[in-house]
Amino acid sequence: MAASCVRTVGSFLGKCGNCSSSLNTVTSQLSRQVLSRQICVSTALKKNLAAGGPEKFTVEFIQKQVEEFDIGKRHLANMMGEDPENFTQEDIDRSIAYLFPSGLFEKKARPLMKLIFFPLHEAVQWGADGRPFHFLFYTGKQSYYSLMHKLYSKILNIEKHQDRMRAKGLFSQDTKEISLDTSRWLTKEELEVLLVETISSNNYDRFIQLMERLLSMPYCNMEEEFVLHYRRPLEARSKKQMVPVPERDDKGVAFSTSDGRRKTSNSSVVLRDCGSGRITVNGQEYLHYFPVLQDREQLMFPLQFMGLLGRFDLQCTVSGGGRSSQAGALRLAISRALLSFLSEGEQETMRQAGLLTPDPRVRERKKPGQEGARRKFTWKKR
Amino acid sequence: MKYLFTINLNLVCHVRTLHTSGWGQQQEAVAVESEPEPFSVFRTQETDPACQSEKHLGQFYTLPSAHFRPLFPHGLPYRYQQQVKTFNEACFMVRPPALEVISYLKKADYSKPALRYLFYGVKGSGKTMSLCHAVHFCYTQGWVVLHIPDAHLWVKNCKELLPSSYNSARFDQPLQATTWLRNFRTTNEHLLSQIKTKRRYVWTKRESTDEGRPLGELVNQGISRVKSSSDVVGALMKDLRLQSSQPGADFRLVVAVDGVNALWGRSTIKKENKSAVDLEELTLIHNLKKLMKNDWTGGAIITTLSQTGSLYTPKSAYLPQELLGETGFDSMDPFIPVSVPNYSEKEFESAYLYYLDRKWLQHPQSRTEDGKKELSFLSSKNPSMLDRICGFL
Repeated sequence: MAASCVRTVGSFLGKCGNCSSSLNTVTSQLSRQVLSRQICVSTALKKNLAAGGPEKFTVEFIQKQVEEFDIGKRHLANMMGEDPENFTQEDIDRSIAYLFPSGLFEKKARPLMKLIFFPLHEAVQWGADGRPFHFLFYTGKQSYYSLMHKLYSKILNIEKHQDRMRAKGLFSQDTKEISLDTSRWLTKEELEVLLVETISSNNYDRFIQLMERLLSMPYCNMEEEFVLHYRRPLEARSKKQMVPVPERDDKGVAFSTSDGRRKTSNSSVVLRDCGSGRITVNGQEYLHYFPVLQDREQLMFPLQFMGLLGRFDLQCTVSGGGRSSQAGALRLAISRALLSFLSEGEQETMRQAGLLTPDPRVRERKKPGQEGARRKFTWKKR
Repeated sequence: MKYLFTINLNLVCHVRTLHTSGWGQQQEAVAVESEPEPFSVFRTQETDPACQSEKHLGQFYTLPSAHFRPLFPHGLPYRYQQQVKTFNEACFMVRPPALEVISYLKKADYSKPALRYLFYGVKGSGKTMSLCHAVHFCYTQGWVVLHIPDAHLWVKNCKELLPSSYNSARFDQPLQATTWLRNFRTTNEHLLSQIKTKRRYVWTKRESTDEGRPLGELVNQGISRVKSSSDVVGALMKDLRLQSSQPGADFRLVVAVDGVNALWGRSTIKKENKSAVDLEELTLIHNLKKLMKNDWTGGAIITTLSQTGSLYTPKSAYLPQELLGETGFDSMDPFIPVSVPNYSEKEFESAYLYYLDRKWLQHPQSRTEDGKKELSFLSSKNPSMLDRICGFL
């Protein structure tokens, strides 16, 4: 059964998706079991409704809440004077923030009107008479084994279909294949979440093997939807670096601009392909702005690494942070600006040298009960 | 990530001389085939500043040791003095600002009031060195050199302050005055015996210097009698000023002041009652200001600005207006400002070759082209920065 959260004005929603479909199957199974197994109902076992405790989150309850949320959404749209049909979640957020302005710092503590989805947890698996609903309950992992059974029955179906086609003489190897390039199998953790029970790694491997066997058969596109249910789309793996486009200014000199950040400093650099090696930081001479050698070395590093020291003219602006973080921010900005003047291979070397990675380190917060972020108070024995 | 500066300082490996002299020879082979070492591209044989011209720009000339000792007991930057001791020779680079001033000195009309030259530039760009170059020229021409190494030393950190005997409102600085007199004597030994005093000076009830005595005696008097040394300085300045103005004078006077903006700034010296001393109340400063006025003839005044020693000025100030202040600028008013920029490409190259030749750059990568570019970038072609960076290579 799915649990949902109520933290809003009047109504709430349960996030749909896999939840509802599995719920549907479970409830349908449940109802089927109930219908087939329940032989008699003893009046003595009729429960006192008041003594039931807090209301259980059944499917009907969830659906009722969903309807209430929709009605509430329409009311809200009418209140804000907007179109109830095209009222999206962002509009809802905006309206709630307007109607209930909150000064709380924690964003999650502010008023919310949203569908929130909590992971399923196990509901009671046996009926009033103590007999379990599911026939595989005593295996311990009923959903897992039922899934395996279902999978195998699908495989048998496909084989039967193949035999039929062969009998008709229409058997062909090259049927439409399911496209598997843009997706990956569910991980073990995700499968556990789906099945609402723990499975061992052995079980998981068996599951994947069976799926692969299904996919290896010619007519597997019959079960495409079922298979895709158990696959997730791959995230865009290659997040390519955005290379700034080099423009030409009035004198025909190619230049590129880029930004960089480190700790709390922000910087922006204009790299011109002039031929002199002059650098200006915030309008001042860079020798005057960075008297420390270490900072100048940081600035020099991208150019020196690629061997292009005397070629470019830099015009930098930097603000915030301290001496070292400003130098780091400028270094990142210079390396990014330099990308547009380099070939693919050189960009790759820059990336591997770590010049293009923004440094994620920021100042750690001081915790109460300690003197600093990590330093504890002096320990006194007595 | 191997570039020069991440490598530890203890990596000063001993490079075999054969190797380096071989490298040096490569350089020479490029420019000068016939002449053997030690002459090379960045050096010139012309040791007389009078004969140096634009052809020698960017090249180093060696100061003859006979000149070095007397000329510069004081007045050179500290780092440069250490370098001279290390390399056993004093080399100056011929640079445009100094050459310009020397050319003006050659052509100036000395019957007119003294011309004032002011070197200005960012920190570490070579103002003091240009001043010393010009002073060397004057020395070779036989002028009397009145070189005040750093006027800032006279307005700060004064340990002893005596009320002046001559004028009770003013204060004396005996220590600074005596050191300066000693150095002055070293510089101008040969001339002091020739020049005679024009007036009679009475120091105390028993001591006095008569008219017509050689200046050397005056100076010795100041050195031996510490109490009256500041007054001796004042007297010396007045005398020299008067004498050089006279048409029959056989010597010329050059007044070289480093850090002239100290004369019109503020001072950190405090009186016993913790109130700050006004600059006018210091004898030395008072007399020096009188010298700086161009109401005398037969000489020149060469000065530099200096932000490093100056008090209460922002670090970014280097222009004459900012550092001299209103009063200073007005007093100095008709002056010839000479800007001293950082090294040009050619000058940087020549300084780099000089260090190589002197085996100062030990790091293997400092000898490559890339190393040179790195040095140029990091020092931003500022002479003192370059010197500091090369110091640990």
